[in-house]
Amino acid sequence: MNVVIALTITGILNLFGSIFSYRKITPLLSILGLATALVFNSMYWNTSQPFFNHMMVMDNYAVAFGAVCMVLAAVLIIFYNRFMGDEDHHLPEVLSIIVFSVAGAIVMVSYTNLLMLFLGVEILSISFYILAGLKRKDLGSNEAAMKYFLMGAFSTGFLLFGIALIYGATASFDLSAIAAFVKLNGATSNYLLLCGVLMILVGLLFKVAAAPFHFWTPDVYQGAPTIITAFFATVGKIASFGAFYRLFSLCFAPISTEWSGVIMVVSIITMFIGNITALQQKSLKRMLAYSSIAHAGYMLLALLSPAYMGASGILFYSIAYGISSMAAFIIIHIIQTQTGTDEAMGFTGLKQKNKTLAFITAISMLSLSGIPLTAGFFGKFYLFTSAIEGGYVLLVCLAVVNSFISIYYYFKPVIESYFKNSHTDTVIQLKNTEAILLVLLSIATIVLGILPGLIPSI
Amino acid sequence: MHTLLLLIIPVVFMVVVLFLKGKTAGYAALTSSILSLVVSIIVAIHLHFNGYFDEFNRTWISSFGINFHVGIDGISLILVLLTTFLTPFIIVTSLQKENENSSVFYALILLMQAGMLGAFTAMDSFLFYVSYEVALIPIYFICGLWGGENRIAVTLKFFIYTLAGSLFMLVSIIYLYLQTPGNHTFEISEFYKLNLSSTQQTWVFWGFFLAFAVKIPIFPFHSWQPSTYTTAPTAGTMLLAGIMLKMGLYGLIRFVLPIAPDAVAHWNTLTEILCVCGIIYGSVIAMRQNDLKTLIAFSSLAHVGLIAAGIFSMNVQGIQGAMIQMFNHGVNAVALFFLIDLLERRSGTRLMDKFGGIASVNKKIAVVFAIVMLGSVGLPLTNGFVGEFLLLMGVYQWNIYAALFAGLTIILGAVYMLRLYRNVFFGEVSDAGRSITPLSMMETIMSYKLVVLIIVLGIFPNLLLNLSAPAVTKLLNLIANHSNMTATL
Repeated sequence: MNVVIALTITGILNLFGSIFSYRKITPLLSILGLATALVFNSMYWNTSQPFFNHMMVMDNYAVAFGAVCMVLAAVLIIFYNRFMGDEDHHLPEVLSIIVFSVAGAIVMVSYTNLLMLFLGVEILSISFYILAGLKRKDLGSNEAAMKYFLMGAFSTGFLLFGIALIYGATASFDLSAIAAFVKLNGATSNYLLLCGVLMILVGLLFKVAAAPFHFWTPDVYQGAPTIITAFFATVGKIASFGAFYRLFSLCFAPISTEWSGVIMVVSIITMFIGNITALQQKSLKRMLAYSSIAHAGYMLLALLSPAYMGASGILFYSIAYGISSMAAFIIIHIIQTQTGTDEAMGFTGLKQKNKTLAFITAISMLSLSGIPLTAGFFGKFYLFTSAIEGGYVLLVCLAVVNSFISIYYYFKPVIESYFKNSHTDTVIQLKNTEAILLVLLSIATIVLGILPGLIPSI
Repeated sequence: MHTLLLLIIPVVFMVVVLFLKGKTAGYAALTSSILSLVVSIIVAIHLHFNGYFDEFNRTWISSFGINFHVGIDGISLILVLLTTFLTPFIIVTSLQKENENSSVFYALILLMQAGMLGAFTAMDSFLFYVSYEVALIPIYFICGLWGGENRIAVTLKFFIYTLAGSLFMLVSIIYLYLQTPGNHTFEISEFYKLNLSSTQQTWVFWGFFLAFAVKIPIFPFHSWQPSTYTTAPTAGTMLLAGIMLKMGLYGLIRFVLPIAPDAVAHWNTLTEILCVCGIIYGSVIAMRQNDLKTLIAFSSLAHVGLIAAGIFSMNVQGIQGAMIQMFNHGVNAVALFFLIDLLERRSGTRLMDKFGGIASVNKKIAVVFAIVMLGSVGLPLTNGFVGEFLLLMGVYQWNIYAALFAGLTIILGAVYMLRLYRNVFFGEVSDAGRSITPLSMMETIMSYKLVVLIIVLGIFPNLLLNLSAPAVTKLLNLIANHSNMTATL
């Protein structure tokens, strides 16, 4: 289990950074640790190696999702160091929490035992509660942490209760044993099992921020420091979806008739609530929070798809969404710190102030709204195709309606950047490393949009 | 291979243009568009005399059975020629004006050309969809960056409208893809072989119809069009009216007729009525316009309504008429917008009541405008006549009453165009009229070229009709077989 070990050691080494005064190099250390873990991770490709008495297995699914989380976390750490590094006196601790939460994410996407699912969710969530409250003197940040903690703990309760009920029904925590039981007996009038599935569903829908369990998202996303919000919206969401899809495709696929209706309804209301509420947001950060709710709605389509398409579909979508969303949040952070507002008017005349940043804004917004030749389009295409293959044509039509609703708000910053002229002469600064990384994210968006075959099927 | 070259030239030059500045960028773009023109003429000669079907096919995304498959048959050829003929004109028009950021402007025009050529040559429906959308992004930025007042709201409306329609087309395409046997494929020719039930055809039909009806636009999906045409910079309007809306008409011929013929036969009473409504509606509104650009925008609505009506009549006259009229409408629309731009640049206005008496100030422009106008009205021996005649014949064969109302386009067209001409060119010389200075060298050449094109195509329509005839016959046979097949099932 080299990946988790490498990550944990990195986290612990970071913690000692303040004591043995090497806090300056902790960002580097974290990146190296993530890189090492990434190398270990990729060595498991095509091996499906089990660990811890078959409580985890590094199959291709786990490797792919793990790699996405680690790469995004590495990008985030670089930016965190740039933006917060100098003023943040708790840099080593923050970095170690980020690295620990990635370890949680790895567990969440590779578990084959419900206990490990619970552990993974807890490792990730507890780190997130702390991260949300990083700005200790900021009221919003405190509110975010508090809300996230209370609601998160509540939802984890549901998850745990569901696990217990399923254990009661099937006498096992092991996914393959549960799958065998479900396959053999079905779920007809096995209310214990059905209640368990429903409880787990509630817990996980909360984690992915699907309506009607989404109420924490806007406040937490807005209150937390922007760079941390980027982490929640990308790594947090992707890991949660990794866990979600893994459980339902491995275990509960035979009784999909029992829960697919729930997913369908949740998906529809999630898309509509996310998109329509996002239309009215003034703060772009809050708008992106609602848009991330809407994206959860699209991603739920994967759960309704046939098995051979769903996994690859959700992986591709996660990558596309992760890259663009990360870029978007980072841009908002830059604009917010330099113009003092996170509303659309901060972007006014961006093409004069900073061409690179305007271009990256355009690319990531186009990708989030799913315009062809960006990764976002192919992600949507993938999910739509697999959902139609699953027989949900009408649902896809509703998703399509949502796609063009979303254009209206995704284009706001683009319109501000390109079509309006600024009346102030302020220049938006962008350091070279930041520019290079952001441009790399944009290039990745376009390359994956043109050659989506680069992401292997899992 | 020529087809691939057609797509690569604009993309490569687009990158080059981005690194150039000012007029140089414009001339580089012009070079690119002329190169494309040459290549497309070579393709036309090959296809016409040797019957050589030029295509290029490579696997693009293997897990989805998506191929980068482009090719040019008779139907594509007309539209490819239209695109390559008009792009140099559009670029030259823009060269007359100083645009800020001109390198970006020309790069966007070239990207749009690539997208439109991609849509017209795609033999793979996924590629078609992607190209269809790719053409939308540059025009959005062209209109948004260089457009007139209220451009932000207008262009956003245009963008959302068009994208909304085409996303339903995407659903239809995916649905068809999943109906193909074995390892699914997006190949259009495979779609032709499908045996869809009439319910399936109906859904697929409406999916495609929404996309194309917005793009064409067919009444009542047109509400984006007049404002966008008016607000867009001249080059943008030319691209939109001259070429881009033909993607919708082309899509009807390429996808809707052969894939869902029964649904078309079942629903075309409704669609024909919509088209005829568009014809009358567009013409009547055009009669009351004061802004020349808006007037032409509404007249365009009427003209494309007739083309769509011809396509939905599903006979050889209707479709051949649509093919030739697509080309001619493109030429006429670009010519009209070119002349209006010319007047606007000299006088600073495009309001009809500000002009007057230009005929006595500048005879050359009056004559050129007269010929273009007559072409647009559809006078015999101009290019507009043949197309409208064939289209009306097609509609007549489908239903005599539809033809009766569709035929109003000729009368109403004469009314609003002659009104325009009278107000702008005759009467007392106004201040704006007096400001019309003689044409520059470049403008003269351009005008003469357009005039020659209008007259030559009016006298020898077979130049175009012969190019598309074999492909259209093939398409109609396909539809006939298809209908028989479903009838026997």
